[in-house]
Amino acid sequence: MSTAPEQVASAAPVSPAAKAEPQLLRFATAGSVDDGKSTLIGRLLYDAKSLHADALEAVTKNGEVDLALLTDGLRAEREQGITIDVAYRHFATPRRRFIIADTPGHAQYTRNMVTGASTADLAIVLVDAREGLLTQSRRHAAIAGLLGIPRIVLAVNKMDLVGYDQDVFRRICGEFRAWASRLEVEELACIPISALKGDNVVERSENLAWFGGPTLLQYLEEAPVAAGLAGGPLRLPVQWVVRDQETEHRGYAGQLAGGTVKVGDEVVVLPAGTSSRVAAIDAPAGSVEAAGAPLSIAVQLEDQLDVARGTMIVRAGEAPRSGREIDATVCWLGEAASRPRGRYLLKHTTATVRAVLDTIHHTLEVEKLDERPDADSLSRNEIGRVTLRVSSELYFDRYAENRTTGSFILIDEATNETVGAGMIDDGR
Amino acid sequence: MSTSIAAPTHLQVLEAEAIHIMREVAAELESPVLLFSGGKDSIVLLRLAEKAFRPAPFPFPIMHVDTGHNFPEAIEFRDRRVAELGERLIVASVQDSIDKGRVVEETGPRASRNRLQTVTLLDAIAEHGFDAAFGGARRDEERARAKERIFSFRDDFGQWDPRRQRAELWSLYNGRIRRGEHVRVFPISNWTELDVWEYILTEGLEIPPLYTAHEREVFERDGMLYAVSDFIEMMDGEEPFTEWVRYRTVGDMSCTGAVRSRATTLEDVVAEIAATRVTERGETRADDRVSEAAMEDRKREGYF
Repeated sequence: MSTAPEQVASAAPVSPAAKAEPQLLRFATAGSVDDGKSTLIGRLLYDAKSLHADALEAVTKNGEVDLALLTDGLRAEREQGITIDVAYRHFATPRRRFIIADTPGHAQYTRNMVTGASTADLAIVLVDAREGLLTQSRRHAAIAGLLGIPRIVLAVNKMDLVGYDQDVFRRICGEFRAWASRLEVEELACIPISALKGDNVVERSENLAWFGGPTLLQYLEEAPVAAGLAGGPLRLPVQWVVRDQETEHRGYAGQLAGGTVKVGDEVVVLPAGTSSRVAAIDAPAGSVEAAGAPLSIAVQLEDQLDVARGTMIVRAGEAPRSGREIDATVCWLGEAASRPRGRYLLKHTTATVRAVLDTIHHTLEVEKLDERPDADSLSRNEIGRVTLRVSSELYFDRYAENRTTGSFILIDEATNETVGAGMIDDGR
Repeated sequence: MSTSIAAPTHLQVLEAEAIHIMREVAAELESPVLLFSGGKDSIVLLRLAEKAFRPAPFPFPIMHVDTGHNFPEAIEFRDRRVAELGERLIVASVQDSIDKGRVVEETGPRASRNRLQTVTLLDAIAEHGFDAAFGGARRDEERARAKERIFSFRDDFGQWDPRRQRAELWSLYNGRIRRGEHVRVFPISNWTELDVWEYILTEGLEIPPLYTAHEREVFERDGMLYAVSDFIEMMDGEEPFTEWVRYRTVGDMSCTGAVRSRATTLEDVVAEIAATRVTERGETRADDRVSEAAMEDRKREGYF
């Protein structure tokens, strides 16, 4: 378990001869059964050879494989022919491991899409080439943008049903790009496919010879993962203090939410504002000189400070924002609508505080990228811009800068239900 | 000294996530327990717990729900591993539940204690007042599991209601419960079977000898190979024979099948798993063959 001190924790052993270790890409898919989403996921699993024989046998009827059946989940869903919840699926290629958050497409399941999108590096929005861009596709793309997913792929499906017509693809793609330019997304891609026939999903297709871009899988294999996490300022929300009574060892443990920490770094513990130097770093691979996000580590400090769960360790001179008034975009998940000036628990990184939902400025009509003023509550699946007041100072980053230190959930103390998902815009 | 940080590998990302989950539970729940069976998934959980909490002792005990029909190799390994760690082991026994009349033993050649262990588990959780139980379940195992949260909330009857699951966003887990309720927590939800094997290989973890190929007296039923043991009656026409086998999952001797294999080293096993075309539960677990929704039904009753 021990590691040479000069080895950097999140790095694979550095040797030019070492083969590249596969990385993990998490992506979300949104679309309805009508768009062929189940067929697309089935196709990815099938063509990437991630399907096992018994799983395949279960969806083969009269010698025909029904790819859509592969993603069937719970009994209730099969009975009603719908997808209720987020399902997580896995497949792998020699280059990458993939986790798909497969989310239902309808408006009444916006909360499920928000959930699936919260951890995704990339989103695939599916459209039917015959239908073009629908309200629903716009909503999916807008939610992906809102959740800070850096890459959105518009997969124009069912190209076989429009005669693989390049003009149809161009028109849909052009319309999407024009509309989506208002989303804050790093990269938009449009890829023509037929999930049913297998065109351009994993294998290149003669039928789409006019398309010069990558296959969908190729795009998934080449997109950057969890971009820039280790690049930003150091953020270590303390989860737990590892204490060994015999040796007086004290390790402040947490998962790095941003940046890199090195032995010798001058750090500040918030909210106290006390400072010390990093004496040692315990990483999963043992004691290391430096470690970067998203590793789970524990740091030992040179001085005895009061560091408990809910505090955050940052580097001197890189303080996050702070405040007791938080402006945020909140997606309401609760069964009951938000209460006017309702009180909730707010969990932000490892700190839980009390919060009052002070003001709802407006709700978002995401598909129109438009705002509707004068809301006094948020009902389930609605997204609103709000201001919350919290019981003690919160140390945060804007969600656009850091998806971990910029997000929170709201919990209703009466039911213990998670009722809101928040992305911080600003605060004071 | 270089301090440039290379992008983490997929195993490092999964490991970081799992450690974070374990520390969240330790911090937010009062009385957690880690379920350990001696199987490969819970072997990984123990290693992750070491990484999360050492050099201190684990902030929770380890518990095994012992059906009494386990492979002796798994029990021997369990006891040795826990002793090496110096942690506390609680054994909840299905035999005790039968003796106390809490459950009734199935009879006949297809009898299994698999379903009975749910009652033993729930009784043990209540008796010790546990409010969180770590398990090694993974989402790639089965389609009901694919929809289960990492924090799987259970009511006072231990039941899972797929329609009332809590939203789980980013890495923010809501572990708030009322008295009598508990959460099952699955830190390796996002791992695949292959990830588990690669991790065991990378970390050099010891596994029970059941997982590598060995000679064993077996018989064939429904296309699966079962070990000849006192816990399973052979039916007419079933003949014992000796075969080179290994196990892909380690459950009860009465419902866990072996696969034919000559993979005697861990490396060989991992290579075989990577190339296999059948899921682990489809290949070696009779308990999942009962119906299309076998797992979903058992989870609703409080199974893991």
